[in-house]
Amino acid sequence: MTQTEHYILPDIPEYHRIDVYESNGGYAAFRKALGMKPDEVTDEVKKSNLRGRGGACFPTGLKWTFMPKTSDKPKYLAVNGDESEPGTFKDRQIFEQNPHQLIEGILIGCYAMGITVAYVYIRGEYGKWIKMLQAAVDAAYEKGYIGKNILGSGFSTEIYLHKGAGAYICGEESSLMNSIEGERGYPRIKPPFPAQRGLWGCPTTINNVETMTNVPLIITKGWEWYSKIGNVKHPGPILVGISGHVNKPGVYEVPTGVPLLELIHTYAGGIPGDKKLKAVIPGGSSTMILRADQLDGVCMDADSLKAAGSSVGTAGLIVMDEETDLIRILSRLAKFYHHESCGQCTPCREGTGWLHKVLERFEHHQAKTEDIDLLLDIANNIEGNTICALGDAAAWPVQSMVRRFRGEFEKCLAPASH
Amino acid sequence: MLNEENLKKIEEIGKRYPEAKAALLPALWIAQEQDGWISEETMKQIGDLLGLPYGHVLGVVTFYTMFNSKPLGTYHIEVCTNASCQLRGSDKILRKVEHVCSAGAGHTSPDGKWTVNEVECMGACGGAPMIAIGEEYYENLTPDKVEEILRKLP
Repeated sequence: MTQTEHYILPDIPEYHRIDVYESNGGYAAFRKALGMKPDEVTDEVKKSNLRGRGGACFPTGLKWTFMPKTSDKPKYLAVNGDESEPGTFKDRQIFEQNPHQLIEGILIGCYAMGITVAYVYIRGEYGKWIKMLQAAVDAAYEKGYIGKNILGSGFSTEIYLHKGAGAYICGEESSLMNSIEGERGYPRIKPPFPAQRGLWGCPTTINNVETMTNVPLIITKGWEWYSKIGNVKHPGPILVGISGHVNKPGVYEVPTGVPLLELIHTYAGGIPGDKKLKAVIPGGSSTMILRADQLDGVCMDADSLKAAGSSVGTAGLIVMDEETDLIRILSRLAKFYHHESCGQCTPCREGTGWLHKVLERFEHHQAKTEDIDLLLDIANNIEGNTICALGDAAAWPVQSMVRRFRGEFEKCLAPASH
Repeated sequence: MLNEENLKKIEEIGKRYPEAKAALLPALWIAQEQDGWISEETMKQIGDLLGLPYGHVLGVVTFYTMFNSKPLGTYHIEVCTNASCQLRGSDKILRKVEHVCSAGAGHTSPDGKWTVNEVECMGACGGAPMIAIGEEYYENLTPDKVEEILRKLP
């Protein structure tokens, strides 16, 4: 099914303004939800098969059911707009073009889960975009969509923005909560899961910005309509950020399940200079690299990319042409993970720096043959041995690159090793 | 030190959270907006305000890359060199910035006008290569364009 209409980033001028949003049917989904029972709202989202757009593809409706129905403590929603995964730049487009649909999704989520305070956590570098979203939140407060006794329904909720300060790790949900609480962004050990003990020990749900922007569509048009967009097991519109060696880099809204090669050649206008494709990182820097010859029939959805040996991640597609020095790219990514490791777990704190050092030896043609296996050994000892997934995220690019591009490493050995 | 107006602002923001400590990041942002950086005195002042030991405030300031515990130059130039920018020529952009500003990455120019930093992904991969000057993003750059942008700054 080809999607011609855009639902997350509609082609309507001035859509970020509340009057324009309302005159195009905005906030009708929230009004509709207020007329439903909260459980019915959650059920609708569950049946739509909406899966989180922040990287893990977890079913959103199911996540909402983890929240206790009754609680003597307050319940919280934390919306993840930390967006710091290299190759990812989609949520920024939502803040800019469609902030009210995000706000509406947050309100619907709060109503469904009985939440009275939502915090939207946005990376500090997005100062300009935080102001854009704040302006939209202020406008929604003025119109009575947020606050006490919303639209006379008896339901009340507040939405606050919380500005990050330059730490990739805060995109991990438990460090995001610590960051809101005024701590260093250290991930927490799970269990307990956030729905049991989240912000200030209270039940909390964390959802991605793009995920929440999908919610009003499901309520307006129904789960059946939504579940038929794109790939049946991972349906809906998805924002794909295409960067690197393409003629038209940018964010494209497509239904899930579009072939990667179509994204590269049709949507993003192909590779400059008609060069050949060498490799892609399909879903942000943490997802495993794929060789060009592995891409036949591979689509932008959870199952297809998993079968290909990678994952959707944040759908940040990084395209690399035949002349790309993959070792330099990998070394740069290793430097990134080393810089962003929070330092709590030894395998990650020490291993990420070690990976970078070894990769620098390849960059400078000073590596020995055994360094290739050393890379794998370090990566394997990080993977699965840390509190959060940053360790895995640092290990996977290295493991997949060695497996799929061993020749690139062999070309970078010191002359004496040949 | 934070001025009266900003102290009130922090008190107001504190009402958004059930615990005072949660106002720490917002308070640090307000301090940095006021002075461009966060001094030891200001950290202590914020700690007293929120009932936190200085060590905790310092620990948070040093954890987050964007908080400056030292003054910067008049203009803070951040050059992204992560994967998507590297693929589109950020090496040349960084060299040009360093040359025009007479400051290597991680340093401030002798005249105090520029601080140059090489940074991690800024979420502008579709407009790579990019730099940020303060809050403003400049995307789809070439070395010539960067030079033009920098030379125009007073």
